[in-house]
Amino acid sequence: MSERFFPNSMPAPLADTITLPWWEAAAEHRLVVQRCTGCAHTRLPPAPVCPQCRSEDSDWQEVSGLGEVYTYTVVHRPIAADQELPFVIAVIALEDAGGVRMISNLVSVAPEEVRIGMPVELVWEDMSEELAIPRFRPRKTDG
Amino acid sequence: MNRRRAHLVGVGESEYARWGRIGDVTEHALACRAIKLAVADAGLSMDEVDGLASFAEDRNEAVFIAAELGLPALRFGNMVWMPGGGGGCAAVANAAMAVETGQAEVVVVYRSLCQGQFFRFGAGGAGTDQPADPKPATVGQADSLLMASLGFAFPYGLLMAAAAYALPTRRHMHLYGTTSRQLGMLSVTFREHASRNPRAVMGGRPMTIEDHQASPMIADPHRLLDCCLESDGACAVVVTTEERARDLAKRPVQILASEQGAPKGYAFGPFTNANVLDDLYATGACEEMAGRLWGKAGLGPADVDVAQLYDHFTGCVLMLLEDYGFCGRGEGGPFIESGALSWHGGSLPTNTHGGSLSEAYIHGLNHVVEGVRSLRGESTSPVKNAEVCLVTSAACVPSSALLLGRR
Repeated sequence: MSERFFPNSMPAPLADTITLPWWEAAAEHRLVVQRCTGCAHTRLPPAPVCPQCRSEDSDWQEVSGLGEVYTYTVVHRPIAADQELPFVIAVIALEDAGGVRMISNLVSVAPEEVRIGMPVELVWEDMSEELAIPRFRPRKTDG
Repeated sequence: MNRRRAHLVGVGESEYARWGRIGDVTEHALACRAIKLAVADAGLSMDEVDGLASFAEDRNEAVFIAAELGLPALRFGNMVWMPGGGGGCAAVANAAMAVETGQAEVVVVYRSLCQGQFFRFGAGGAGTDQPADPKPATVGQADSLLMASLGFAFPYGLLMAAAAYALPTRRHMHLYGTTSRQLGMLSVTFREHASRNPRAVMGGRPMTIEDHQASPMIADPHRLLDCCLESDGACAVVVTTEERARDLAKRPVQILASEQGAPKGYAFGPFTNANVLDDLYATGACEEMAGRLWGKAGLGPADVDVAQLYDHFTGCVLMLLEDYGFCGRGEGGPFIESGALSWHGGSLPTNTHGGSLSEAYIHGLNHVVEGVRSLRGESTSPVKNAEVCLVTSAACVPSSALLLGRR
């Protein structure tokens, strides 16, 4: 099992038939975006139709998990007892994902150090044997 | 002259109280009470009401309310499909469409919200006194598209609206240098307006900018005093035709134009949609809709004498001001700082009742009520000779708006 960032909290995800494959990929530690086979437009959350060309055909493109912080908030109020506080929610602009962004958390960083534009990398948190959630941490850069 | 043109002719409000405080009267009873008050204010008989409209999945469904109030017939029942606080003006617009097309003669728009009797909005259903589910081990079933999209927010602890709408506000601060103090000026201004409003839950609690800056951080940059109240209460507005309105005692208020909608790719907005287009993200997403509203009415921002802007969070009000063209994109902070929104000499007195930040949070239908009062000269912070009032619903979700005029 991975490092635990939120051992005491965080609600479970909810999914339907269309979005479940994304969570199944996550359980295998694969971060994916949905890609239209008609026009290669990428999208999240998963949907049955492409908003660009309206094709119903798609596949899953695995992405590197590199990105940068697009925006964030530092939460100071608990959502459950024993909530780890404060914690950071961020929108991450993913690299090599066709411009797709996703909501996640920033971990392994002091909240006051977070900046829009900060380069980040993916780190998986195994919540159980069956469920892994992608979080992001500052990317280690050379020099 | 179009004799069926829709007008607002009556308003009714229950007592407003803090969340959970109205325990002895049900949310359901308050809905009936507010409707009765609005119909009485209009000088109409309940027997003339033949339509009911609401929004935000109001729990008090029209068919039951109609039967309980003894309406001779129900010819129009409408629930807006714009989410939550984005739908109040749309409910009025839908009621207007019903009377203008002859579907109904008198439609009452209502909202009753006693969250303490059910559960708190924006808290995702989680009780903070409950320990976390010790086994958030598997993916649960989403029973709607909204729940499936929230599935991409919940696992990251994104449950509170205060956190969700902090995301675009933080980006606005990054892009334009907007400050927490500028946001706080909104809270202070609306609180001052509430000081003259006996209905305002926070009417007796003056606020300075230092109070705002000292208030606890909820989800940065949102401090407690950047966030709207959580209230119990109900209000209602009566919509009827110009012809029916003519004979009524109080001056009717005309709907000059209405709009509702969302721009391309918006879905629910930033609460669940990380992929709002970049040039929309740090905005209220109402700019396109606002342009249509002005165009239909043949008016512009300079024609507005008083505004009632949905204020779930201060940053969202700021973005609404920019969307509607009261100031340039990115200039909302300095515009607020200039005192423009203050009843004391501002160019755009705003939320003269105190808003959701200081009067009560009835999902913005109380802003429609105050809009009607403003144009009748009944506001507790009256703007002399006010002829045009802009009322908006929530920014950062699919939204709606009304331009009201004095006949």
